Amino acid sequence: MIAVFIKELLDNFRDRRVVLNTLIIGPLFGPVIFGLMLSFMASETTERMEAALELPVVGAENAPNLVAWLERQGVIIEDAPDDPEAAVRSEEHEVVLRIPEGFGEAWQAGQPAPIEIIADQSLRYTGTTIARVRSYLGTYSAQISQVRLQLRGIHPEITRPIDTQIVDLSTPTSRGGQILAFLPYFILITVFMGSMHMAVDTTAGERERKSLEPLLINPLPRWKIMAGKLMATTFFALATLALGLVAFVYAMGMLPTADMGVSLNLDFKVAGMAFLLVAPAALLAAAMLTILASFAKSFREAQSYMGLIIFVPMIPSFWLLIDPTKAETWMTWVPLLNQNIMILELVRGEPLNTAWIGATLLSTTLAAIALAWVAGGLYNRPKLIFTSD
Amino acid sequence: MIEAHKLRKTFNKGKVVAVDEVSFAARDGQITGLLGPNGAGKTTTLRMLYTLLKPDSGTMTVDGIDPLADPIGVKAKLGVVPDSRGLYDRLTARENIRYYGKLQGLSKNTIESRVNHLSDVLDMAGFIDRKTDGFSQGQRVKVAIARALIHEPGTILLDEPTNGLDVMTTRALREFLLRLKMEGHCVVLSTHIMQEVAALCDRIVIISKGRIAADGTARQLLEKSGEDNLEDAFVKLIGSDEGLLA
Repeated sequence: MIAVFIKELLDNFRDRRVVLNTLIIGPLFGPVIFGLMLSFMASETTERMEAALELPVVGAENAPNLVAWLERQGVIIEDAPDDPEAAVRSEEHEVVLRIPEGFGEAWQAGQPAPIEIIADQSLRYTGTTIARVRSYLGTYSAQISQVRLQLRGIHPEITRPIDTQIVDLSTPTSRGGQILAFLPYFILITVFMGSMHMAVDTTAGERERKSLEPLLINPLPRWKIMAGKLMATTFFALATLALGLVAFVYAMGMLPTADMGVSLNLDFKVAGMAFLLVAPAALLAAAMLTILASFAKSFREAQSYMGLIIFVPMIPSFWLLIDPTKAETWMTWVPLLNQNIMILELVRGEPLNTAWIGATLLSTTLAAIALAWVAGGLYNRPKLIFTSD
Repeated sequence: MIEAHKLRKTFNKGKVVAVDEVSFAARDGQITGLLGPNGAGKTTTLRMLYTLLKPDSGTMTVDGIDPLADPIGVKAKLGVVPDSRGLYDRLTARENIRYYGKLQGLSKNTIESRVNHLSDVLDMAGFIDRKTDGFSQGQRVKVAIARALIHEPGTILLDEPTNGLDVMTTRALREFLLRLKMEGHCVVLSTHIMQEVAALCDRIVIISKGRIAADGTARQLLEKSGEDNLEDAFVKLIGSDEGLLA
């Protein structure tokens, strides 16, 4: 068993392609994509929030006081394009403000003065800008109404029957967790990526090389041979996981997370805990991929199956992404889903529930052992030994 | 020493009969040849002996051990060079052989001294420490043989050992097999090549369509068929000339 393990490691470490794919690209894939995603999101948000608002205004002469007030607020008033609707439609401008001629008249008469925000609300990125324009207009409107009420001797507070305030209990760390919702997927995928090549090479590859038949003539039980191969595959998966987590810790350290008002709880201690929680999933992934690859006749056939299995760890991650429900105890008994939940809890900086850790480790280990047991019995089928040639 | 008695093996739920009541014996200190056209059931017979296939019926023993009852015990007694050599390309010849030594449960020192010995005998010194990627057929067969003999088995099974070898390598291989015979091993080889059995075998078992067509020494086969050369005897005994063009 150990002999098989050592040989598979030696054999695969000799292959530069494997080492490159599994131990370098595998661990870096997650952090790089994730880091890019995060820093893009961060720069987008800060840009939209902090940059001065450039606002083309049609009919600025109809409301000189309003425009002057906007300018004092730091809004850059631009000359309006000739056809504002077309300019917005062609995405030349995000938002155009139109002050109709009747503005002054309505204003003088004490009636609500019309004003138009021209924008395409189906474009997601305009949301922030529209909100900013509305909030400027809202502030102006509130100020004027207060002045008007005071002139008539009425306390302005009377128009504010309700005072709503949001008490935000999220800590910077838990806001970081929200952004990190993708993290479990990128961590889980490393064990699949890490074991993929080994699983194929030790099974379908062995069959394609026609070395399986001579191998099985050696006097040791077949499950031991399979166990050695599984150990080697799991070893690669764990190595990829460990390297991936280290890469994550460094990647997160380089991101401008402070600018986003969040702190990400991903240091080596958290990474160590994540490693422990995901470790049983490495065996699970190794066994799952090995079983699948054992049925393939050739390397290529096996690799095409591998592409599909990559979706397996995605299912729980996307489910949690789409329906971010509260973590519940039953979830910690579902392998892969529980790793997702536990990693999320970890990076949110929540104290971990010991029973949940136990459930996660136990259920995943049991599932992994069940699959490994199935894999161990595979070589008792003559069909899987001989290449039909 | 191998004894097979009425071995039968079918595939596809009994539709294809690969081996039908094959009985033969192979003695120590002799080379026994399983001769037959392609698809006659030679490989299937050998696979049953080295336990990768289970017979539907019939019995067999290798050195008195029943492969069905004790597959691992039998495998420890056998040295097998299967049809597919299956070397690991990224390992050197020495590492390939060493791996099998470890799987046989041999100690490190034993493995090293036997690899050196086999390397001498099989004339492998020139390539023993090279990766097997790019090896010639002859070099591959030598590695496969060394690998099969690392645990010094008493009984040696070779499936089509000279397939794809040039004349010189074939000659060297034959000499090696004769040497094993002299050392008292029981050697069984399967082949579809006439000259091979004529040159090597003490005993010839002709298999055709899964059945034993004839069994005996070369002289006995000639007498039985009434022909004066082995090739004609072979054709006559199997009842057709298919698969003879080697």
